[in-house]
This record gives sequence, C-alpha cells and structure tokens, in this order.
Amino acid sequence: MTGNFGIYLHIPFCSHRCDYCAFATWTDRHHLIEPYLLACKKQAQTISSEVPEITSVFVGGGTPNLVPATELMAIFEDLPLAPNVEFTVECNPDKVTEDQMRIYFQSGVTRISMGVQSMIPEVLESLGREHNPQNVAAAVGHIRSAGFKKLNLDLIYGAAGETMEQWQKSLEAALQLGPDHISAYALTVEAGTPLAEDPDRHPDDDVQADKYVMADEMLSSQHYENYEISNWALADNQCQHNHLYWSQGEYLGLGVAAHSHIAGRRFWSVRTPERFIKAIESGDSTEAGTETLNKEDWKLEGLQLAIRTSNGVPSEVVPESVAHLVEQAGPGHVRLNQAGRLLANEVAVRIEPSQSKPS
Amino acid sequence: MDLSRIRNFSIIAHIDHGKSTLSDRILEITGAVDARTMRAQYLDTMDLERERGITIKAQNVRVGWNDHTLHLIDTPGHVDFGYEVSRSLAACEGVVLLVDAAQGIEAQTLANCYLALENELEIVAVLNKIDLPAADPDLYASEIENVLGLPAEQVLRISAKTGEGIPALLDAIVERIPAPKGDPEAPLQALIFDSHFDQYRGVISSMRVMNGRIRTNDKLRFMQLGGNHDALELGVRSPDPVPVDELGPGEVGYLIASIKDVGQAKSGETVTLVSNPAAIALDGYDDPKPMVFCGLYPVDGDEYPALREALHKLKLNDASVTFEPETSGALGFGFRCGFLGLLHMEIVRERLEREFDLSLIATAPSVAYKVSTDDGAVIQIDNPSELPEPASITHIEEPMLKVGILSPSSYTGTIMELCQGRRGTMTRMEYLSPERVELQYVIPLAEVVTDFFDQLKSRTQGYASLDYEPEGYQIGKLVKVDILLNGEPVDAFSTIVHNDNAYDYGRRMAEKLQELIPRQMFDVPIQAAIGGRIIARQTVKAKRKDVLAKCYGGDITRKRKLLEQQKKGKKRMKAIGRVEVPNEAFVSALRLDD
Repeated sequence: MTGNFGIYLHIPFCSHRCDYCAFATWTDRHHLIEPYLLACKKQAQTISSEVPEITSVFVGGGTPNLVPATELMAIFEDLPLAPNVEFTVECNPDKVTEDQMRIYFQSGVTRISMGVQSMIPEVLESLGREHNPQNVAAAVGHIRSAGFKKLNLDLIYGAAGETMEQWQKSLEAALQLGPDHISAYALTVEAGTPLAEDPDRHPDDDVQADKYVMADEMLSSQHYENYEISNWALADNQCQHNHLYWSQGEYLGLGVAAHSHIAGRRFWSVRTPERFIKAIESGDSTEAGTETLNKEDWKLEGLQLAIRTSNGVPSEVVPESVAHLVEQAGPGHVRLNQAGRLLANEVAVRIEPSQSKPS
Repeated sequence: MDLSRIRNFSIIAHIDHGKSTLSDRILEITGAVDARTMRAQYLDTMDLERERGITIKAQNVRVGWNDHTLHLIDTPGHVDFGYEVSRSLAACEGVVLLVDAAQGIEAQTLANCYLALENELEIVAVLNKIDLPAADPDLYASEIENVLGLPAEQVLRISAKTGEGIPALLDAIVERIPAPKGDPEAPLQALIFDSHFDQYRGVISSMRVMNGRIRTNDKLRFMQLGGNHDALELGVRSPDPVPVDELGPGEVGYLIASIKDVGQAKSGETVTLVSNPAAIALDGYDDPKPMVFCGLYPVDGDEYPALREALHKLKLNDASVTFEPETSGALGFGFRCGFLGLLHMEIVRERLEREFDLSLIATAPSVAYKVSTDDGAVIQIDNPSELPEPASITHIEEPMLKVGILSPSSYTGTIMELCQGRRGTMTRMEYLSPERVELQYVIPLAEVVTDFFDQLKSRTQGYASLDYEPEGYQIGKLVKVDILLNGEPVDAFSTIVHNDNAYDYGRRMAEKLQELIPRQMFDVPIQAAIGGRIIARQTVKAKRKDVLAKCYGGDITRKRKLLEQQKKGKKRMKAIGRVEVPNEAFVSALRLDD
C-alpha cells in the first residue's frame, strides 16, 4: 500500500450509548458539537500543508451523521484529497436524511457505512440499541437516491437471546438491501460497559463460532469474499482505508481518541472533546500518547496483522502446530481458513518471524 | 542447685484445651513475664504456630514458685508430632494433664497420658475452662478417674483464661511431682530433647542434665554420633534466654556449641565431657520415620535451585523432613519429600513458600509400599510412578495404622461407617462412660492420609479425636491408576489406590481435570487407566473461537499487547505432549481438600 495515505476523523457524539460500546463517545455534550467541529476544521487546516495526497478518508464515531452535514464536510475543504479518494462516513440509520446524503455526496463522500447490527427488534433491544429496523430500508433508499454506489452494512452477532434463525434472518435482510460490503462482528465484552457488568448476557464462544460459520457460508455463497476476519466484500469493493491499518500503512487521526501512524511512530490524541477543543484553541499538542516499535516487534506486528487478512503471510512463518488452520493464498503465502479465522489469536501468537526470508 | 527444689514437668493437652493459654498464665503469675510484655502464645515463636494455634516445636522455660525452680517443657499438640512429645517426657518427672471441662479427655491426650504412665511420671490432672457455661467438671473428673485411675477429688479445677486456680496448680506441681534425682559428682550425662537452628547462633539445643555438671567452655562429646563440640554458651529461658555458667543435675537449659545442622545435635543425643566421659549413654530415641511422601516442584522451573537451598535450610531446623531429587515428565525437576504426617507436610510446604518465597506444586500424598515381584525381589516405593509393570507384581504390601478414636457414643455408628469405608478393621471398642466410647481400628495409612481426619471431624461435629501409631504392613489389593492426557500418561497424577476405589478416583480426577484444563485447538481426551484398561474418560472439547473481532486504528496497539500477554501465558504452561496445561491446573488438581 505504499503511496497511500489515510485520514480518520472521530465524531464523539451519540444520542444514545449502546450497552456494549466502549468507544469515546458522549450523549450529554451536544453543546460541544459546534466548537468541536470548528476545532477539527482548524486542526485539518494546520496539517493540510504537511500531509501527502490523501487516498482514503474514514469518518467514524460515535455517530458522525448526528452532527450537521455541512459543518462536518467543511472540515475536509482544505485537505489535499486525491481525485479517486475513498471517502467513507459511518451512519446511524435513524439519523439518515435525504438532504444529509445529498450534501455528503456532493462534498465528495463516496461510501456509506451503516450500523445496522441486527434486523430483529428483540435483538436490537438486547444490544441496547434504539433504532428501528424499518428505518434501515428508508435510509438505504436515501443513500442510493443521493447517488452512492458503495454501501457497507455493519452487523453484530451474539447478543443475549439471539437464535441461529434470527441471525440468519438478519443476514438475509441485510443482503436484500444490496450492499457491496458487509462487516459482521462478534459481540465483544469490553471492560467498563454495562454489558461487562452483566455476565448472564455474555456471549458463548461456541455459539458465536456457529454464527460466524453461518455468516461466512451465506456471504461467500452470494459472492461476498472474506478479506479480513470480520469483513466481506464483492469484487473490487474492499475498504481501502481499512487495508491501511492492516498493512502498517500511514494515516493521521483528527479529533479525539484518534490514532495516527506516520513514519513508524504511532500516537493518539486526547480522549475528551473539552481537552481537545482547549488544546486546539491554545495551539497546544493534542497528543496523549505515543509508541515506536523496535524492528523485531514491528516485523512481528506486521505479520500478526497480515495473518488476519486474505493476503496472508509467507508460509514459512506459520509453524506446523497450526498448519491445519491455514490454506494456500498464492505462491509462498498462506492465509487462515475458516476455522483458523476463528482461532486467529492462536495462530498469531505462534507466528515465527525469524523464519521469514529477508525481504 | 538443690535438686529437691527443682520440678520438671510437661503439659499434656489436646488442641484447643488451653495449653498455650495456661503456659502464658504461668509465665505471668510467676512473674517471668510482666503483663506489659505479655502476648498470646508466648512460647510459640513461629508465625505458623500462632496462626494455626498449635505448637510445632517443643519449647522450655524456667520459672520460680515458692523457692522452687519449675521447668515447663512445652510439647507439640498434634498427632504428627507425637514423637516430640515422647522426647519431652524423657526430660520430666511429671506431667500436667490438661482437660477441657466442657469436652473431656481426647484420644491423643489419652495416648500421651499412657505414655507418661509408662514412663512412671506423676500425673497432675487439671480441668480447664471451668468458667465456661458448658463446663461440667464433676462429670469429667469422674471420667478421668474411670479412664486413668486418678482419684476424682484430686483433679484440680482452673481457668487458664481468668487465672483462677493457677496458684493452687503451681502448689500441686511442687507438692506432687517428685524432685529430679541425679549425682552432681558423677560423669556428665545430659540429654538433648530438642534442637532448632538459629540463623545467627547456629543450632540451639534444649537439654536436661541427668548426672554431673556442664560448664561453659567444656569440651563436650556427643556419645551417639561421636562428635566433639565446645560448650560456647549455656543458659536458661525465663523465658528470654539468660546465659549461665553451669547446669547441674535435674536442670533444664539450652546449649550453643557452634553446630551448623540439627542433624549433628539430634534429639536423644547424650552429651558428656571429653575429659571425664560417662561410661554409657542415656536411652535415646529412634529417629522418626517419614510416613507420608509427596513430590514438591517449583511452579516456575527456574526456582529449582532455590527450592533445593530452601529444603537444606529447612532441614537444619526440622531433621524429620527427608528429601531427594526426582524428575517428573509433567512437572520437571523437583524433590521427593517425606513427612511425619499430613499436617507436617502442609506445614513444611507452607514454610517453604512463606519463608523462602517459593511457589510450589505438591503431588498427591503417597505412602511407602513394599512391592514383591515375580523374580522374588521386594522393593520399597513411595512414588506411584516407580511401580513396576503390573504383570511382574506378585503382591503389594501397604503400611497400616492402629487408630484410636475417642468420641461421644452417639457418633459410634457414623465413625464405624467411616472406618469401614476406609478398609478399617475394628480391634477394640470400649465405653469410658455411658456417653463416651473409645474405638480402635487397624486402617491402611493411605486411607488416613487422604481426608480421614477432616471426615471424622465433620461427621462428629468436631467431637471425636484421633490418635494413631504404625502397625506394620499388610497385603492389599492395590492398583496404580494413571491419568492420560491426549493419550500421554501424566506421572504427577498417578496414584496407587485400592482396587475398589480405582474407578471412583479415576472418574473424579478426570472430571476435575476436564474443568481445569483450558480448551485447546483440538479435542483433548482425559482418561484414567489401570495398566492398559481405561476406566474413566472425559473430553475437553476443542476451542473454536479465540479472535479479536475488530482491528482498526487504536485496536492495533491493544491487540499487540494482548497477544504479548497471551504468549507470556503460554510460558506459564507445561506441555504434556501437545496439550498445554496451566500450572494452576496442576496446583488445583493436586489439592487435597476437594
């Protein structure tokens, strides 16, 4: 991915926090939306002359489409976006409007990623989500009529009480909407969330494995190719921005709790909007932490990221003890098979970078 | 010192009957320790002794009472340390038999009392805790009369807690316990009855002079072992050590002779003078034989040298522990250790972990079997993995115990059931009173070392008490149960059990391991087997999911750290074939109490 460069922007506002969510987002600070967007714009202006041509943008959250579309889009006015930039905005289906989608499209957004999670009302309730599944079809209508070709739908499996049949229905309903890309995530218990406090609702590994297999079978039969553990896409629709993350590519994060990776250094910004706004206004650094890996760890990290993707790793770094979890992925490379994707950590911890040939 | 003004005595008591409290009170009332510096269990110096409320090492202390010098020789209060009691008694002319006025006499007390009677010691019987509402001194005074033949009206009544009756007890000790006899002009004969190792002073021995005199700087000859040592310091404890120039007949004190190892100053040793040696040594006592064995392994294999050093140091202070290196396929390098009993085993292990900062895995306790093979050989093994091929074994003999149990008679049924379940044979049953029964069984030692004592306590609400002594060997129908993980035998889990219990042991162990062994990337069968025959099986189902769902921006650093942790975790596992077993699984599976 050399030559590619990404921008991530974090919008830390939601109208409601889901039970499982550990992201940096707030439901009670909407009064900060305006100053926050202005601060982000200021930050974008400051870095605009220092960054190379931007090949991908990802606006995540939080709920990016909770904030005014015009002000959100204004942040990108001064940035050197490539003509063929992949520009994704994450959206909550409840908040999608016709105007909003038109503004996004006209401002250069090329791709919408929508948090559907489930198409079953009981399951959504169990996840602590508020949106109504009926809004999803309407939202897709607005997205399509604005002119968007690229659409990703996010799904989550493993909510308490979700049956195999319900998961199958969610998958079918999502496919009905004709996305070119589907991300299906195993519900994960993150420390500090309401879900973490309620062990009775914690997902069962075996059930989640069954649901993963179901998703993989259904999606691949519809020509969605798995290209990373939790991501499937029709041909030529893989998310380029995500590939930056998995190939140790370079990207710069704007806003709060945003991670950057430039010239071998990883760093991340302060977590609260107040601190971010204050830092920008007073011209201080927004950086909260940083790390630079040594050569050895860097190489291992590269392999541990690559093994999650369908590009795979050189076959010699995968030891015999996990050989049954990989399959051929082109000359001299192997990638995880379906069982292997479910046990990716087991493979990753056994990778032997010292076995790889010098590149 | 005038022999007629010396009294040497021990206190015989069951755990919880108040021996340490009585000792504390004697120290206080005689003025040996003032109330300001008094602390509970003054004579118990080890942290473990205080925490568990038991005495492990014998102690002695000198106090004064009405122009008399009294030596109180404290004795350990657990059946595992019974041999130390007999050593202490050899230094005394009398004992105080201390009985809880609410519970009556207990098995171990009775056994020690018989020991005192055999040694022709004077017994001063005392009922303690008369301040308790449940106390029934009349009942238990008559029980003492029935059981031991001591007149009920002579039984003293005290409360060690409040101090009531203690002066009268001290008077009775002076009046009833005979003064020691001994010839101050005869060649020196002094009996060592306890030794412990002090990291600054070397070995400090407790001794009782029988005949002659011992002075500081005397050249000493240790008659049994044959070594010569200088008497660097003599002293008495009152209770803090006070050096003295001389100890004469009948006196009890301590000796420091720059000895580095308690094995060189064993209990039972007779000390005499090089210049004027005694013709014969005093009666010594046999070294205690270890009865229970287990392997001790460091959780972290790198700690093996530290464990070896710790065992050597511990042995300086506790000569009864035995150890020799052994290797386990599952646990790596460790030591086969021998102990006097289960409590002793627990205490040694706890001391090793606590005093030497080690983390240990103990294998299942075993006893020493005598195995006869078809070539006529008889070998002794204390480690199940050393058992020869089943086909070559003609028979196996196992050590037996004579077990005495004293209990309220209402529990007779449940005790008999327990003993029969443990392959016991009743040899005696006697009613001490209509309410109290004494049962005697011969039971295989192996059945007692598992959890017999706990079972007895729980079945009798803690009212039954137990005493035991070795009773030779008997042929038993014994088999070795192996545990196989993914087809590989795990030596640490092998056990020799009676054929009738093999299935139950195998099933329980397989079930336990099934819970303890984390899921692997493949199904792991856990089998229990006798020879080639599988008697139980469980399966740890293959793990199917171990993956992070999301890996974007900030997840990358987090994921790397998580995988580093996971990798470190693998290092704390032991590989049994392809199966990775966490050390904690060994620790839990081999724990005795569940």
